[in-house]
Amino acid sequence: MEQKTKVAAEEGTQEIIMTREFDLPLELLFKAYEEPDLFEQWMGTKVLKMENKKHGSYCFETSYNGEVVFRANGTIHEFIPNERITRTFEMENTPFPVQLEYLEFAKLTDSTSKLTMHMVFKSVEFRNNLLAMPFAQGLNGAHNRLQDLLSNQHHEEAK
Amino acid sequence: MKLRRDVFQAIADPTRRAILLLVATQSMTAGAIASNFDTARPTVSKHLQILTACELLEQHQNGREVHYHINAKKMKEVADFIEPFRQMWDERFNKLEVLMKDYKKPSP
Repeated sequence: MEQKTKVAAEEGTQEIIMTREFDLPLELLFKAYEEPDLFEQWMGTKVLKMENKKHGSYCFETSYNGEVVFRANGTIHEFIPNERITRTFEMENTPFPVQLEYLEFAKLTDSTSKLTMHMVFKSVEFRNNLLAMPFAQGLNGAHNRLQDLLSNQHHEEAK
Repeated sequence: MKLRRDVFQAIADPTRRAILLLVATQSMTAGAIASNFDTARPTVSKHLQILTACELLEQHQNGREVHYHINAKKMKEVADFIEPFRQMWDERFNKLEVLMKDYKKPSP
């Protein structure tokens, strides 16, 4: 079966190009990016700020067990509804430098659409490091889940 | 085949997995890596040696310091390291799709 989400990261380049086709009209796809409360639901993050306009900025954070584990922000350079968002993306408190993101929204048919996300990094190494993060976290995931389980049990016993 | 088995043995160890996770975000010196563990420094050095020998880590000279970083090419060979990244986004986009299929314009 063909994959709906495709990731292209050519060796030796400092970019990632991701494409995804949606069984959604273009307007609904764009709305999921435009409305903070919708964005929060599918990205699993809390939107602190989202100014969808040229020179606007955004900020979101993700908490886990009541603790902020991830925070990111950026500036919007272009915001053309149902067409394009150009923005910077910066993860706070990490060694990653700011990256540039081009999001292109395109209509395929009346009921389908396509998103192309083009990310540009400061260096090949930072690009590779970002790609490797979910892989490395996956390696640790099983271990962490076990720890969570054990510490939860511990809490239960302490009650 | 021997090398392949070695790679999987290398990532089967929790300390070595933790080292890979550490250097996934930035290249680091052996000392900086060791400071993240309670383990004795020679033990961490041994882990670094194993990870470097099976090419999961690469060393590069940075002035007088040796930095370790992930060898993306090798990671791709052993486990297609892009796949978890793709899956992470695929899951987000699947959620978006389900969410918006149910979306009804808020009544005024």
